[in-house]
Amino acid sequence: MVPIGHYLVLATVLFAIGAIGVVSRRNAIVAFMSVELMLNAAILAFVAFARGFGDLRGHAVAFFVMAVAAAEAAVGLAIVVAVFRRRATVNLDELRELKG
Amino acid sequence: MEPILFWAFAVLAVLGAALVVLLANPVRGAMCLVGTLFCLAVLFVLLDAHLIAVLEVLVYAGAVMVLFLFVIMLLNLREEELGARRFTLVKIVGFLACGWVGCMLGRVLIGRGDRPPVSDGYGGVAAVGRLLLGDYLLAFELTSVLLLVAVVGAVILAKRRI
Repeated sequence: MVPIGHYLVLATVLFAIGAIGVVSRRNAIVAFMSVELMLNAAILAFVAFARGFGDLRGHAVAFFVMAVAAAEAAVGLAIVVAVFRRRATVNLDELRELKG
Repeated sequence: MEPILFWAFAVLAVLGAALVVLLANPVRGAMCLVGTLFCLAVLFVLLDAHLIAVLEVLVYAGAVMVLFLFVIMLLNLREEELGARRFTLVKIVGFLACGWVGCMLGRVLIGRGDRPPVSDGYGGVAAVGRLLLGDYLLAFELTSVLLLVAVVGAVILAKRRI
């Protein structure tokens, strides 16, 4: 049986990779995908802890994290589409000013 | 059997995640993320979280990532020109510091945590559903409202003319 600690280390590694992706990529969509990666790492941590304690509440939280992540992805991508329609770019370096 | 599965899919998940961050083409990055999500679903099954595993494939890999791919194709995004990577002193020190924190974490976490025996229905639909519709009923209903708000918001934000 693989100890739970291994799953937690994996979740940490995935979270770190996602964090690096968010700060280093200039494409808004790829930065967004890195955020989704971080959320999935958190879900993995919740599920691993739930198994480690035999508690099901981690699964309930994982369920809600998944729902919130889906809602956030929908709205965020709608924003990206709207911004692209105005500025014709999704490069975060070029989207520096809030003014239209 | 289980250690082999864990290591194989853990390595695949990390590889997929790294490729998402490293690849220039966003479509390929999205497909790599789908692969990572599948590997994570397998890891959830190894942790007896059957409902969460199925939901990960259905909701995350099957809906959210499809949405990502739709938007990438809709915007017709080109490959990103990744500028030359500069290795400044700050970056090197930052990497080493993170590596040190990672080693500290790893020393604490690795090998810890055995699993208590759980009932047969652990992680199944009935057990998790009983929690969601019992203790967490308010959060469940609020989540449905949240999804409604997200749908309305997404439609309005993406419209050409309101």
